[in-house]
Amino acid sequence: MKYLDEFGDAELAKRLLDDIAESTTQNWALMEVCGGQTHTIIRNGIDQLLPDQIELIHGPGCPVCVTPLETIDRALAIAARPDVIFCSFGDMIRVPGSSDDLFRIKSRGGDIRIVYSPLDAVKIAQENPDKQVVFFGVGFETTAPANAMTVKLAKQQGIDNFSLLVSHVLVPPAIRAIMDSPGSRVQGFLAAGHVCTVMGLSEYEPLVEQYQVPIVATGFEPLDVLEGIRRVVLQLEQGRAELDNAYPRAVQPQGNPVAQAVVGEVFETCDRQWRGIGMIPQSGWRLNADYADYDAEKRFEVLGITTVESPLCRSGEVLQGLIKPNECSAFGKECTPRSPLGAPMVSSEGACAAYYQFRRLEVSA
Amino acid sequence: MCLGVPGKIEKTWDAEGTRMATVDFGGVRKEVCLAYVPDVQVGDYTIVHVGFALTKLDEASALETLELFKSVGLLDEELGIKVDPL
Ligand code: SF4
Repeated sequence: MKYLDEFGDAELAKRLLDDIAESTTQNWALMEVCGGQTHTIIRNGIDQLLPDQIELIHGPGCPVCVTPLETIDRALAIAARPDVIFCSFGDMIRVPGSSDDLFRIKSRGGDIRIVYSPLDAVKIAQENPDKQVVFFGVGFETTAPANAMTVKLAKQQGIDNFSLLVSHVLVPPAIRAIMDSPGSRVQGFLAAGHVCTVMGLSEYEPLVEQYQVPIVATGFEPLDVLEGIRRVVLQLEQGRAELDNAYPRAVQPQGNPVAQAVVGEVFETCDRQWRGIGMIPQSGWRLNADYADYDAEKRFEVLGITTVESPLCRSGEVLQGLIKPNECSAFGKECTPRSPLGAPMVSSEGACAAYYQFRRLEVSA
Repeated sequence: MCLGVPGKIEKTWDAEGTRMATVDFGGVRKEVCLAYVPDVQVGDYTIVHVGFALTKLDEASALETLELFKSVGLLDEELGIKVDPL
């Protein structure tokens, strides 16, 4: 058990693992929706420490990975404009578009800035009144309150040279899409903890009911992930399907009502294309009519986007949990973090990046 | 991107009607918006994601998490310190 001492509390980790092993009597397939949890699992070898009967299927919860290619290409076209300062979180910088990425646009002279928070982009807008400042607002429900508040403040303060290129995605519709897909083998879900910190738990109740599938809100640390797995496995073994919270220190059942209110004020639900997966109905948030003036998609007309994916990349199958990254023939060969063919190889939440970082040597051995 | 890092609120102030704070993440300080956590006070711990505090957290769990994130290099990543060289 070479990884156990990296769990923080090796004793507790061992107890949780023993408990899981004792309870397990048959094969179970669990999905961790969130890419942050995928990284914890691969980094700490949790999948290898579990009984062989338990399979962890990596889910689509990597916002960078599922941002539609059309939106990436649009971002690249806007970022290349001489009148624009384009601000983004760091992990979007190398995400491949159809024929370019932000990093290369930067090296050709584009003004692209990595920011820690969308509020930093508003500051940049105030400091550069002669420029258009665009923030690339992607992410799940966890990130949406930050982007919503930012655009709300920009409007309040009349900062007209700021806009948001927004492509938010939502977890519950993704779970529904996974359960509805004919090939799905998933029998229980670890729900992403901080998404629940914002949204609470109630959205998962109907999913548990309809699909009779256990859903357990779970944190991101190794012990949290083990506890989430333990609770799902116990339910499965006992024939129960319930909504449970294994991350109560950060998740209240009602979520964060203040954040929900601001998100509701600024965004509206829309159908959304997920890169590699396809359209999932009502699975995204976009700016509503009150904030249309701050929508970069409307402010900058980008015509003639023709999206082209790498023919080698199997990211769609990876994101749906149909294959593991190392089953893609380009993995670690044509596709590496420095020259990625698909988004899951770039993002700090992408499954291909996790396998490359922590499993590459084992794989090629 | 969904990670969120716990930090300690050191100082708060009002920026044109929005409550802001300086938050200490194990030695790294950042400016954080408190609009979503109206109840927190100086000295409290909170989970911060991309410059916004999302929820209060007890001190013991906050310190444990910080320690763990530091040891596996996640702290810099989430705080936007170790970013791709531009
Ligand atoms: S390894 Fe690279 S090419 Fe293969 S699925 Fe992952 S991102 Fe795509």
